[in-house]
Amino acid sequence: MTDMTLTNGAGAHVAPPVEQVAPGVVTRIREGDLKGVSTILLGLGVVGVVATLVGSFLDEESKKQAAFSYLVAYMFTLSLALGSLFFVMIQHITRAGWSIVVRRIAENMAGVLFPWMAILFVPIVLWYHELWHHWIDAVTDPNQEGYDAIIAGKSGYLNVPFFFIRAALYFVVWGLLARYFRGASLKQDQSGDPALTLSMARRSSIGLLLFALSLTFAAFDWMMSLDPHWYSTIFGVCYFGGSVMAMLAMLALVTMFLQRKGYLKDVVNAEHYHDIGKLLFAFMVFWTYVNFSQYMLIWYANIPEETLWYQHRAETHVHEGVLVPWGYVGASLIIGHFLFPFAFLMSRHMKRNRVTLAVAAVFLLVMHWLDMQYLIMPTLHHHGLHLTWLDFTAWFGVFGIAASFALRNIASSPVIPERDPRLAESLHFHNV
Amino acid sequence: MTTVEANTTGSASSGQVWGVVAEFGSAAAIYAAAEKVTAEGYTRVDSHTPFPIHGIEKALRHGPSHLGWLVACGGITGILAAQVMQWWMNEVDYEMWVSGKTPYAWPSTIPITFELMVLLSAFCAVFGMFAINRLPRLHHPIFTHSRIVQVTDDKFFLSIEARDPKFDRTRTAQFLESIGGKHVEVLED
Repeated sequence: MTDMTLTNGAGAHVAPPVEQVAPGVVTRIREGDLKGVSTILLGLGVVGVVATLVGSFLDEESKKQAAFSYLVAYMFTLSLALGSLFFVMIQHITRAGWSIVVRRIAENMAGVLFPWMAILFVPIVLWYHELWHHWIDAVTDPNQEGYDAIIAGKSGYLNVPFFFIRAALYFVVWGLLARYFRGASLKQDQSGDPALTLSMARRSSIGLLLFALSLTFAAFDWMMSLDPHWYSTIFGVCYFGGSVMAMLAMLALVTMFLQRKGYLKDVVNAEHYHDIGKLLFAFMVFWTYVNFSQYMLIWYANIPEETLWYQHRAETHVHEGVLVPWGYVGASLIIGHFLFPFAFLMSRHMKRNRVTLAVAAVFLLVMHWLDMQYLIMPTLHHHGLHLTWLDFTAWFGVFGIAASFALRNIASSPVIPERDPRLAESLHFHNV
Repeated sequence: MTTVEANTTGSASSGQVWGVVAEFGSAAAIYAAAEKVTAEGYTRVDSHTPFPIHGIEKALRHGPSHLGWLVACGGITGILAAQVMQWWMNEVDYEMWVSGKTPYAWPSTIPITFELMVLLSAFCAVFGMFAINRLPRLHHPIFTHSRIVQVTDDKFFLSIEARDPKFDRTRTAQFLESIGGKHVEVLED
């Protein structure tokens, strides 16, 4: 193999320009090419958020519904951005070659973590009492009536000021990480400096540690504390598994979308889709593994304050106004989030074919949304899945705005890391 | 250029021709040769190299392995065996109530079902690979080639077996020489 590095004046090696590695590949998004889609998404998003906010003023019941619907939509969208951040860091720390051609998409998807996911968090701040009143209003003074010893024991952690300090801290961590990895990668597009690759790999190690802690505690704070008597130390890992799975599904879809728009031609091929598909399959199984681990330990130990959480989610009686009882939603997740995709995506042909991979990706994203419903909504609707128009406006609101800004990030940067030293390796990658 | 050397080692040979083997000097050379041999219509072709050569299975036109189906059978057998075993032991043969769970309670059966699926899948992968490769065997005709020890160092060998419908000991050997093969030898079983 020929030496793929050039020597600059100072004598240090730099990666060659993209014209040399991949002649004829268009790396810049043409002016206004994604503008239509991102404007439609932004329009849908603004209308969705405004409608959800307006809906919340109708009455007390709607305010609660709006808050919970918004939280479901927010945690769904957040998982895609966090999953992207994880994807970028894991590629750096493993020094992966295959993924260079899709890494920029993930960098751009993670780029919405700050400021957009932080701005979209504002309605949650407005509705914090609707969402977390179970621990906010709990009596933690032993001399008062209705003293709640369990929440009193957690009050050093679960109190309103510390709750918001932590939330701010999460956005600082995610914002810094997402901006650093996107920024350094964009800088390398100009300089081709391999030292940036090394420093990104080095910083991924501390980045992944911060990521694991911040994601875990965010999942504890924003979802697990909805039912503050209950706890599960693996809860954050369950959210993480679903997040990375959903992100990989979205990565496959965004890549296909860009290819339909005429980009990444002769750059991303069946080999790359195959690897995305393999990771998608793996994280789908990982989600199942950690969720079952959580379930089995609680089921075996049979301690009332632990089993109560699943008791709510095992309801099979059809109450009035309930679309599907939670027990059937749980069963649907076992089938739709595991058994069916396990059989469907098993064969390599299904992962290499764009149509079948797209079907699986869309299906798993729907399942991930159902998983968010299953984790969050039983606190509001005890008996089963109960969809209102606010669920749709909130989803289009949060997802639309985040997706629109992710597309803007994509439109404003080269579609691949042009001068990554391993770009050639990624272009010629083959599964053995 | 030397003419085809008959294999003279192994006096106890049955005299049955196994195939023709040629030596090549580099990975690129054997890759190009593999493409020419399969383009000529040979189907029982294999390469013997010091290290794996990426993509040579395509040049050799080897189809996908059937091992996956064996592993799938092993996995399904493991799932079924684990379920039937636990159901029969806990529900039928010796009904046992533990901490208020029903004798056959599906969550408690999952770890063993998972483990047995993995165990039988792994067995099928390893022993299935042995069976498909007809292992273990103590000897293989390829080892009678006079320079085969070089395969562990820096030489690349291409074999065409006698059971190939297109095989003809003289013409196949000449063809291998014509595409750059050195030390072409007809090997006996």
